[in-house]
Amino acid sequence: MIGLSHYLILSAALFCLGLLGLLTRRNAVHVLMSIELILNSANVNLVAFSRYGSGGLAGQLFAVFVIVIAAAEVAVALAIVLTLYRIKRTPNLDQASTLRG
Amino acid sequence: MTPEAIVFWLLAALTVSSAAVVVLARSLIYSAFALLFTFMGVAGIYFSLGADFLAATQLLIYVGGILILLLFGVMLTHKLYDLDLKSEREQFLPSLIVAAGIFALLTVTALRTQWAVGPGRAPAPTTADIGRLFLSDYVLPFEAASILLLVALMGAALIVRRKKDA
Repeated sequence: MIGLSHYLILSAALFCLGLLGLLTRRNAVHVLMSIELILNSANVNLVAFSRYGSGGLAGQLFAVFVIVIAAAEVAVALAIVLTLYRIKRTPNLDQASTLRG
Repeated sequence: MTPEAIVFWLLAALTVSSAAVVVLARSLIYSAFALLFTFMGVAGIYFSLGADFLAATQLLIYVGGILILLLFGVMLTHKLYDLDLKSEREQFLPSLIVAAGIFALLTVTALRTQWAVGPGRAPAPTTADIGRLFLSDYVLPFEAASILLLVALMGAALIVRRKKDA
């Protein structure tokens, strides 16, 4: 029988994979992909609680807001990555170590 | 096994294995395409949880929007003749230990906790209810999110704009 804890563990696995990518990768676009994995894992949790908990549809509404935030975040982050690439000629985050433009 | 369980395990295997490819693949292009399967797997999970509107949103926005943007990011931050779109990997072992530790902690928490599982919500079409809630109880967060999206997109356009004197 599939219950709430199955979905929670699936979401934990997604979160930890995203965290691993976040910690090990130096390419800015790769880091963004890892952040998307983490946001998706949070969404799986919200929807699972919406299905099995007693909060009704609130979890699904929260998940819609998370998707909106993710879209805004990717747009701004990619703009920053492109500007960084134009200045430094590299997408490597370790090279972006100065505050001067 | 019930059909529900079979569907869950298939979707979970698809999601987690493609997420592992996203994180571990050497090539950025492989990662981006594996991310496609992760998003689709998560959309399937939403379907199996009875969240039909959210699953469609996931497919439209993540697969149709965010993934395309990420692919643009991959293409624009590499020279086109530079075929090895490699992404370096650093401090792998300590990160693996940290991630595995957190996973073990979360798994134990998920299994040990007595979750306040209510009667639950029987799978039923959700779109009409979600729309009604957005325009009644959740209208303030809805408007705030739309303004945030507008401001974020304008800000993104402003950031990438080339300065006249540069």
